[in-house]
Amino acid sequence: MSNEQSPAPAQRRALRLGVAGPVGTGKSSLIATVCRNLADELSLGVITNDIYTDEDARFLRSAGVLPGERIRAVETGACPHTAIRDDITMNLLAVEDLERDFAPLDVVLVESGGDNLTATFSPGLVDAQIFVLDVAGGGDVARKGGPGIARADLLVINKTDLGPHVDVDVGRMVADAATARNGAPVLALSRKDEDSVEKLCAWVRWINREHRHGRHLPTDPGPMAPHFHASGEADELFHTHDETR
Amino acid sequence: MVDHGAALLLLADGRFPAGGYAHSGGLEPTIAAGRVHDLATLEAFLQGRALTAGAVAAGFAAAACGTLSDEDGKRFIALDAELDARMPSPAQRTTSRQLGRQLLRAVGAIRPDPRLEHVGARPHQPIGLGAAVAVFGLGRRDAAWVALHESVAGPAAAAVRLLSLDPFSTHAALARLGPLLDELAGSAVAASHGELDDLPAGGAPLLDIAAEDHAVRHTRLFAS
Repeated sequence: MSNEQSPAPAQRRALRLGVAGPVGTGKSSLIATVCRNLADELSLGVITNDIYTDEDARFLRSAGVLPGERIRAVETGACPHTAIRDDITMNLLAVEDLERDFAPLDVVLVESGGDNLTATFSPGLVDAQIFVLDVAGGGDVARKGGPGIARADLLVINKTDLGPHVDVDVGRMVADAATARNGAPVLALSRKDEDSVEKLCAWVRWINREHRHGRHLPTDPGPMAPHFHASGEADELFHTHDETR
Repeated sequence: MVDHGAALLLLADGRFPAGGYAHSGGLEPTIAAGRVHDLATLEAFLQGRALTAGAVAAGFAAAACGTLSDEDGKRFIALDAELDARMPSPAQRTTSRQLGRQLLRAVGAIRPDPRLEHVGARPHQPIGLGAAVAVFGLGRRDAAWVALHESVAGPAAAAVRLLSLDPFSTHAALARLGPLLDELAGSAVAASHGELDDLPAGGAPLLDIAAEDHAVRHTRLFAS
């Protein structure tokens, strides 16, 4: 038991990256996209949290983006929010098992069960988290805010290609989100837009590097949190204005 | 005798972060099979569970509590084998070890204690529970109480989600079970001082069958 009781120093174990957001916004699809694009350069594992079934784990396995044994499902007893915040033990053991079985892993992605706007990951479970909204859920959702929208390390506004079909002004929604987040990063994503997929991958590479070098703390983003600019190389898309770095 | 009532409440609290909330103690498959459908049948289910799985868990939790205090690693191995023999359902054995492992993971972080090494990495839940109770400075009766409380409180909490019952009526049922649980705790403590093969061995074949049915069900709210 003792080797399970104290986590390794942050820079030596995998980056634990949470993906949260309401049901149907594309969390599984985002994870599949990350795996498809980064599995050749990073050693990845995935934990899914389903509510009724292991549907998400099945989806990811069938997508063929990772070997099936690197994708594991945790049953959350109809309490997806509890499993990532109040009682993280099941997920923590699943993450630790995966890290041990496939050592050394670079990144473990933990997908929360689709829940509501208030559910975010405990810093005891993940090092960083992505919160996913989609344009089809309504253009005003980003403006409404909430802990995930305001404080996740990255906010993704997904399915931007659907904007014209659901009468949502994507530019307006992204601007609302940026306001709600005080400038913390917002990514407008569509799996049909390769440039946006590359930005997502660049962010994952960046947060992994920050973690690897011990520069990332699992805390809420500060007022001058990392953000990205509209132009430049992938590696330069994200930076901070912290003078000490 | 030092009073550790606050620690007892902490361990018995359903909010203790050891993942128990994901389980219904066999209630979900029992409802699916039509054997529980209202307050009366729920109360009968809870009573049956306390008298069988609850009494067994209480006896082993009390024995494990005494064993940790004695730091007797060999006795933990014997306890494990005895409890394994009392669980005919493979699905229940898996769930019990999963819950025991989760409990030790949580207790190891909340209240680290080198004596927990003696318990093994994947103890049955009642054995892990007894050890945890000892780590918190509590005794055999406390271990039996927590085990019995959990044996009915978990399914009662699940019942509110699975049946059209309000939480007041399920808690009223739990309150009515109080004297039975107290009595069973006393028996468990007495048994825990005797030979291991004399520990409670009550079985519930319908719960065993329900556990096996549930394990292969694709769509379910609770893990067990």
